[in-house]
Amino acid sequence: MWRKVALYGYAGKILHVDLTTGKTYTEPLNEDYAKKYIGGIGLGMRLWLDNSKAGVDPFSPENPLVLTTGPTSGTVWPTGGNGHAFVSKSPQSYGIGESKSHGSFGTELKRAGYDAVVFHGKAEKPVYVWIDDDSVQILDASHLWGKSPAETEDIIKEELGDYYIRVAAIGPAGEKLVRIACIINEKTRAAGRCGMGAVMGSKNLKAIAVRGTHDVTVAKPDEFLEFVKEFHERMKGPATKKYRTLGTPENVLVHNALHCMPTRNYNNAHFEAAEKVSGEYLNERYVAKIIGCSSCAMRCEHICVVTEGPYKGAMARVEYEPLWALGPYCGIDRLDAIIKGSELCNYYGMDSISAGVIVGFAMDCYENGILTQKDMDGIEARFGNHEALVKLLEKMGKRDGIGDILAEGVKFAAEKIGKGAEKLAQHIKGVEVTGYDLRCLKTAALGFAVSFRGADHNRHGAYAFDVKGKFNRLKYEKGRAKAVKDIEDVYTIIDSLIICKFSRGTYYKEFEDLAKLYTLVTGWETTPEEMRLKGERINNLARVINVREGLGRKDDHLPYKVMHMPIPDEGPSKGAYVTQEELEMMLDDYYEARGWTRDGIPTPEKLKALGMDDLIPIVEAKIKKA
Amino acid sequence: MVKIHERKFVSADPDKCVGCQVCEYICAWTKEKAFNPLKSRIRVVRLNPLVNISITCRLCEDPPCVAACPRDALTQSEENGTIIVDEDKCNGCGWCIEACDYGAISLHPEKKVVFVCDLCKDKPDGPQCVKWCPEEALDLVTADVLAQKARITATKKLFQEALKVAPPA
Repeated sequence: MWRKVALYGYAGKILHVDLTTGKTYTEPLNEDYAKKYIGGIGLGMRLWLDNSKAGVDPFSPENPLVLTTGPTSGTVWPTGGNGHAFVSKSPQSYGIGESKSHGSFGTELKRAGYDAVVFHGKAEKPVYVWIDDDSVQILDASHLWGKSPAETEDIIKEELGDYYIRVAAIGPAGEKLVRIACIINEKTRAAGRCGMGAVMGSKNLKAIAVRGTHDVTVAKPDEFLEFVKEFHERMKGPATKKYRTLGTPENVLVHNALHCMPTRNYNNAHFEAAEKVSGEYLNERYVAKIIGCSSCAMRCEHICVVTEGPYKGAMARVEYEPLWALGPYCGIDRLDAIIKGSELCNYYGMDSISAGVIVGFAMDCYENGILTQKDMDGIEARFGNHEALVKLLEKMGKRDGIGDILAEGVKFAAEKIGKGAEKLAQHIKGVEVTGYDLRCLKTAALGFAVSFRGADHNRHGAYAFDVKGKFNRLKYEKGRAKAVKDIEDVYTIIDSLIICKFSRGTYYKEFEDLAKLYTLVTGWETTPEEMRLKGERINNLARVINVREGLGRKDDHLPYKVMHMPIPDEGPSKGAYVTQEELEMMLDDYYEARGWTRDGIPTPEKLKALGMDDLIPIVEAKIKKA
Repeated sequence: MVKIHERKFVSADPDKCVGCQVCEYICAWTKEKAFNPLKSRIRVVRLNPLVNISITCRLCEDPPCVAACPRDALTQSEENGTIIVDEDKCNGCGWCIEACDYGAISLHPEKKVVFVCDLCKDKPDGPQCVKWCPEEALDLVTADVLAQKARITATKKLFQEALKVAPPA
């Protein structure tokens, strides 16, 4: 079955690195896999499945960490040349974890000649892996242990003597198995969610350094470049204007006006001081430069600098989600503190969304007397106390004192704390919520509940239906799951080609444009319908993995407050929450739209129709049990 | 020899350049039919997230690269001031690379000879990096025009308030 293939759009090779034995080897990319699962998270999840055993502990050496690029990586496709994805079992959800990042790291890996790298085992001592085209070395990283990803990157470039080398690294949080640890490349770009940095840390793998010198080829270069040019024009248009101007922080005032911005750990859905943390104010006062990823025609990365006050000198990229999490979610109305918080997350290598939500949770526990000032190491963790935010982030990054408990994420921290703390833990499948109040955005609530990597807006974008008024956001109606399914299928394609989600508005007819792109790059004639099927297949693959790992209907849940605490604020969302009955209806509706069983398990017929016959034994065992 | 006042080169506006490398990809494609920044005549430098810019040949007067070449492989074009590399003479020794203050000369990863921006002399519409730059950060300019632009920007900054109330030009 394995044979050497010359593929367009692919490097054609997968690298395996066994950190336990120090051995490395390559295998040709399975052409069937490339066609079925594209690349990125699709290929990554399939490789993870093939290289792991059911029920593996996320921190066990037996849990492989898969790094992938996509077929457009290393080409000049706008926003597509630059991505990479990490896939592994999540130490937060204990289901499939995946996280993408952009920049230039993925392009370099592709030019080095790899579609994917699978890291097995665990190194005895801290190491970093140096991939220099065909030469792969496992080098000592003891001098890098304890350093931030940015420091690590600079030191590696210096010692390898090439400033164009790209580095992805973990920080102290990843080393200490902080469950929300991320993997940062090029200093400000993070594969943030699902704790992939902690998995990397569990392998004693500090960093991955890459240099690639090979050309990347596409099947139909002339037509491809025409298509690129067309998209350069589209990307200067209205679909991406937001990212080029205010950036995603534009959402602060939009969400606040609709009363759908979770505030103070979901105690409110509206922030009275929103003006002070708005994208408008951020842009005017703090944005020093907007930069872009490799081959991007948009540019979105708002680099913010604090020039005065207690946080003078802090610098970080700011997006809506971290801004919201470190700001309104903790009741904090100071952008300088939010930028400092982001910088600390980058320093320790933590997902800044989850980090903010954890601090909000801790503050809620404190205000409710569940955690005392003594428990908090003397920190007065009231909502709005920016000094407490900074201290708690530092403690979490170091696993120091209360930070040691909080570093487990809200789900496990709440279990350890007890005293009803679990009612304040806003998570889905152990992954902290993001900046959309699910009580009053009911299409989003479904998308979040069924997201295979836990609470996440980026697996579906279903909030857009609610926020833009396509559906009545306060009431869930049967039949809406079809829309969620369709957009999920688009999103998995985007994450498997690894193109940027900010470009989604530029695909006028998503499956048509994406099929054309895939055809031009790979030379495999692909219809829009086939592209849709690929998206559906990858969603089913993720679900099969979660089913194998023991996740099911019970894990497609919503956080306690979403279902038990109606929005108290006077305004357009007052009184909204999701009832158990509504959730059950949503799940029934969704499983039906997906063609799954009532327990949310993909049926053998469905897998057969999607050409995944080889995975049928996994679901059969589970369906029999159920 | 073309006079320095008439000599045009590719220059990036540091305020506009976002470091996206589209220029690199397009240059490598135009010159080598490859998507590979190592084959580009223009390279992005990123010092930290705030500081990045694309740099290519400035077409110096009395270019040090030409003077440095021990094999006389480099000459400056009489017509437009670009640096011409005689690939038969070049042995990739790298003296020219060392001599250039801007890092505008690179060693070809496969051919092992040096290469440098020729302003896309074969393209009727000029340098392709300028055409493709999505931020319009690149320009084909003379040093005089660069100076003019700088003067205008400085003046605008001085009279920001006045410009707000002045009738549109």
